[in-house]
Amino acid sequence: MAKGTLYNKVWDAHVVDQLPTGQTQLFIGLHLIHEVTSPQAFDMVAEKGLKVAYPNRTFATVDHIVPTKSQARPFQDHEAEQMMGAIEKNVKKFGIPFFDFKSGNQGIVHIIGPEMGLTQPGMTIACGDSHTSTHGAFGTLAFGIGTTQVRDVLATQCLGLDALKVRRVNVNGKLKPGVTAKDVTLTIIQKLGVKGGIGYAYEYGGSVFDAMTMEERMTVCNMAIEGGARAGYVNPDQTTFDYLKGRKYAPTADKWDKAVAYWKSVASDKDAVYDDVVDFNGGDIEPVVTWGITPDQSVGVNDRLPEIGRFPADEVKTVELAYRHMDLKPGAPIKGTPIDVAFIGSCTNGRLSDLREAAKVARGRKVAKTVRAFVVPGSQQVKAAAEKEGLDRIFTEAGFEWRAAGCSMCLAMNPDKLSGREISASSSNRNFIGRQGSKDGRTMLMSPAMVAAAAIEGKVADVRELMK
Amino acid sequence: MNKVTRIEGRAVPVEGNDIDTDRIIPARYLKEITFTNMGKYPFYDERFDAEGKPKGHPFDLPPYQGASILFVNQNFGCGSSREHAPQSLLRWGIRAIIGESFAEIFAGNCTMLGIPTATVGQAEMQRLQGLAKENPGTPFVVDLEKKALLSGGKEHLKFEIHESKRNALVNGTWDSTGLLLANAGKTAEVARKLPYVNGFQPQG
Ligand code: SF4
Repeated sequence: MAKGTLYNKVWDAHVVDQLPTGQTQLFIGLHLIHEVTSPQAFDMVAEKGLKVAYPNRTFATVDHIVPTKSQARPFQDHEAEQMMGAIEKNVKKFGIPFFDFKSGNQGIVHIIGPEMGLTQPGMTIACGDSHTSTHGAFGTLAFGIGTTQVRDVLATQCLGLDALKVRRVNVNGKLKPGVTAKDVTLTIIQKLGVKGGIGYAYEYGGSVFDAMTMEERMTVCNMAIEGGARAGYVNPDQTTFDYLKGRKYAPTADKWDKAVAYWKSVASDKDAVYDDVVDFNGGDIEPVVTWGITPDQSVGVNDRLPEIGRFPADEVKTVELAYRHMDLKPGAPIKGTPIDVAFIGSCTNGRLSDLREAAKVARGRKVAKTVRAFVVPGSQQVKAAAEKEGLDRIFTEAGFEWRAAGCSMCLAMNPDKLSGREISASSSNRNFIGRQGSKDGRTMLMSPAMVAAAAIEGKVADVRELMK
Repeated sequence: MNKVTRIEGRAVPVEGNDIDTDRIIPARYLKEITFTNMGKYPFYDERFDAEGKPKGHPFDLPPYQGASILFVNQNFGCGSSREHAPQSLLRWGIRAIIGESFAEIFAGNCTMLGIPTATVGQAEMQRLQGLAKENPGTPFVVDLEKKALLSGGKEHLKFEIHESKRNALVNGTWDSTGLLLANAGKTAEVARKLPYVNGFQPQG
């Protein structure tokens, strides 16, 4: 049993009671909501004649269904408009702060929480979205939940949860040039598998994490869930505090020192005990590309696709399905695989630093004629900051479309979709069958710079060759 | 609330590891603001071709109509937290899921809807899926008190189920709002003690 970890400390500080089921009732410090998983939850609260217990600890935005071309209302998509109407009605009725288009703070829920300083070390956070693990980058325990649990958090500000084990995931050494946080997280998932994290919270540490920016840490924690872990986190340090300082909801100057003292106190002790420890060497990590239909089916960009015989017997069916769906061949190189669509965005890689990395590759080059490429900033703030630096022009001159903030083609609930058998290079987090809006569509996950390289070359490329 | 102790019925096998929630319910059906119609959509893109004609998925084969138990393999329900996935299975008629392993958010969502997610070993699941394929009419009983899957009246197989989930189901406390709400006083107390809720003020 883990002891003295951030997980233990934050968990213990939020325990309300032990429930008769054996679960623990945990207080949730920050509840983030969005339009897709909340309308039914609000209806259930209203049907039970309840109120929102802590509306001032609840914040809402819209991201999943918003169009990224024209955001004029009413939306052309009638269902999207209805969904937008529902959240507008509910936040008004229950008195919840709402970051809508007019606010200038709208964006993907996991991008705006940190950006506004809402996400702070030592908190418990819940959101009706699996990538809530992103907020763990700040040293929080952040849980993705279903709609009925959203109802519980609305009505009680609590969740019933089972305790987790804690696995320390060390990445030491130094990343090679051209290797990014996305490659780190994809490598961890490739080695530990998509089921490897079941029952665990992942604590990420080691010199590679110490050296990462907050945006990079968020990219890694974002995909903890893709490795099966219920939560992932990095211990808070000076990088965390520097990021938070001066943000809208961060503690003000008079409270800052007290806040930092608390934040430092929740970090794992030097002699903390873990249920499991795994070690990676950062210097071994290559730019990674997924070739299959689960995020652990990936290879280094210069590797060949694995032979089916290499997989354990119980994986063979999934692997065969993956090759059939992707129309790729075992033994073939992944580099050179032609692409139709390039998508830069999502809660994994839709932040300013991601766009900067991609823009470095796109600058002065042209998107291949065969490729439809677009960039979707993760939030209105990211968009504004990128435009201030002129990133939008770099992208549009290269032939990328520059869009408004939202989830877009990460899950294709808006008009941005693959069609037919199109294959995309995507900076998002899921390569599941049908994920990008066409049931036959195909997705290869990679870092935003690698997506930009693929867009330019018209095929999967090693971004390091374009950096020379 | 309803106690869930025994689920009786026929079983439908859906084979494959890592069947994610996008496959269980494609994102386009998440645009509906109620769960009412979800029963029409489970595994939609695996069941129907472009013209909407069934492709022979188990959910459309005549012998499995009315089945209430789902047999699956490893890491079922991975991916998105969308409750639409268990809602769609529930509203199609599934009342219990037996698998080799489940993604945690999905299993938690199932419990919240009163659907047990029980696990058996790989060899046992192969046998169960085989049985459901060869003899789709086989009646099963998922007995949460005995933690066993019965078929033909006799004990067939012991299964595992997370104890807190089993407790919630057999005691009828799986709809947790009531439990959590009963502790509203204690909740306020915990909140008051948290430095960040308190605005980092000294505690009194
Ligand atoms: S960007 Fe993608 S993964 Fe992230 S919240 Fe939106 S849909 Fe989910």
